[in-house]
Amino acid sequence: MNKLDIQNVSKRYWLERESREVPACEGVTLSVADGEFVAIVGPSGCGKTTLLNIVAGLLPYEEGHVRIDGERVEGPGVDRAVVFQHASLLPWRTITGNVRYGMELHGRFAKPEIERRTERFIRMVGLQGFERAYPSEISGGMQQRVNLARALASDPKVLLMDEPFAALDAQTREFMQAELLKIWRQARKTVLFITHQINEAVYLADRVVVMSSRPGRIKDVFDIPFARPRALELKRDPRFLAIEDRIWKLIEEESESILAGGASEPAAPGA
Amino acid sequence: MKTETLATTPVKEAPARRTNFYKDHEGMILGGGAVVLVLAAWEAAWQHGRAYSLDAEPMISALFFTGPSAVLGALRETWASGQLPSDLIHSGGNFVVGFTAALAAGVVLGIVIGWFRTVRLLLDPFLNAFYATPRIALVPLIIIMFGIGRLPAIVIVFLSAFFPILINTIVGVKTIDDDLLKAARSFCASHMQIFTTVALPGSVPFILTGVRQGVAHGLIGVVVSEMFVGGEGIGFMIAYSGQTFATERIFLGVAIMAGAGILLTSAAERLQAHFSRWRPER
Ligand SMILES: Nc1ncnc2c1ncn2[C@@H]1O[C@H](COP(=O)(O)OP(=O)(O)OP(=O)(O)O)[C@@H](O)[C@H]1O
Ligand SMILES: [Mg+2]
Repeated sequence: MNKLDIQNVSKRYWLERESREVPACEGVTLSVADGEFVAIVGPSGCGKTTLLNIVAGLLPYEEGHVRIDGERVEGPGVDRAVVFQHASLLPWRTITGNVRYGMELHGRFAKPEIERRTERFIRMVGLQGFERAYPSEISGGMQQRVNLARALASDPKVLLMDEPFAALDAQTREFMQAELLKIWRQARKTVLFITHQINEAVYLADRVVVMSSRPGRIKDVFDIPFARPRALELKRDPRFLAIEDRIWKLIEEESESILAGGASEPAAPGA
Repeated sequence: MKTETLATTPVKEAPARRTNFYKDHEGMILGGGAVVLVLAAWEAAWQHGRAYSLDAEPMISALFFTGPSAVLGALRETWASGQLPSDLIHSGGNFVVGFTAALAAGVVLGIVIGWFRTVRLLLDPFLNAFYATPRIALVPLIIIMFGIGRLPAIVIVFLSAFFPILINTIVGVKTIDDDLLKAARSFCASHMQIFTTVALPGSVPFILTGVRQGVAHGLIGVVVSEMFVGGEGIGFMIAYSGQTFATERIFLGVAIMAGAGILLTSAAERLQAHFSRWRPER
């Protein structure tokens, strides 16, 4: 059975200053199976974040349905956790305090259980020894790991990730991708993962969804056949590169149609 | 796996550091030395000037000027007569009561005003008008309204300290990071939880900035209100000494207020540093 069902969801933003509507995404339909890892790629501004926020229950939507385990999403829920692009850690809490934050708010676990889980997930993301550091005292990559630990510790069924590694340098990013896959294999969550990087999507996901330029629609879905566990070397496999290339071409077409259509986004170099 | 080895070395381990008495107390040594020097020079000039005043043509009149030793003498005298302790208690009481009330009201109202946009828009014109008016200008009005005695003095201290605390608290609540609110909401935080885990801790550094300014303004309030109301207190002592040409007592009062100011502001600063230790070092 599908864990997550997105059915014909459309979202428009109302631009107060120009008194007009901007369509962000239109008629998006997507199903994610239990334990599946689905990545979404698409040109900038195509409504990926919008879609994720709707699934997270942070954004109201008027058209279509989002269902988790068959139940319509009406707001944030304990069955979901979000890993934001900006780590969004409470700067006045230590790493421990931040990892337990989600569990504290949920109030689902008893105190000793919260302690146990906090310790376990700090270990899982490899941050033991930093329990008492403040977010400002650790690197961006480590902050993102805290962000991930906070989400996982709250025990969601569905993990929603919005370009969680976008701000990291190339090496840290690769390391985090491998870590994420390792953690995902242990925790077996359903994951919806948004990214700009095509090879990140292909490396991580069971399926890669390509969205069209604004208003975002689903343009194509690619099944990624590679067996798991996947080594980082997979990224240099010719079959991997072939899939990456096909997705590239598709997005390139989309980006060109934005530029040709005279959209408001500034032109990206190197089309 | 470079990152992994990195991850097992604790970040908070203090670096080995040689202690150096001068370096550790540089501020105190230089600052304290300068104060001692200035006081000594002042005393010398005052003694020198007084020696000449035995001549027909005195260079310095004790009416217009005084020296550290004379101020010390005034301190001993007023302390022994019990006048100074009772003035101190009176002024301290005015300050503590007025300031505490200002702190409670400023923080609570500031959070409400900062949090609810509608409340803020409704109150903004009044706040701006009040904030722009020198509160001292209201003193005669307050005396008319609250009569003679302690109450008007306390009200003036309250008004002086209240606005800086209020305004800073509002700014603190208003500038809370949207991303943090979003993260809290994604974990199903209730309004109360958002308030206690995000809004309040996020505004503490701002509240403490307000406290520091409130202390300074409150002390001004103490002096000014007692000058107007009269009867008792350090402010009254300064005003009365002025009328009776007791120059060294004026200096004594000013020195006491300066000392109280330094003490209280540095305490507020220490409190602020304590609550801001999570902030990145600048
Ligand atoms: N709060 C908002 N108010 C008005 N318009 C918005 C708002 N948020 C997003 N939009 C518009 O909706 C469109 C989709 O935005 P969204 O943030 O979902 O894009 P995205 O695919 O996540 O982009 P990126 O890859 O750059 O993060 C954008 O074109 C943007 O202009
Ligand atoms: Mg986005």
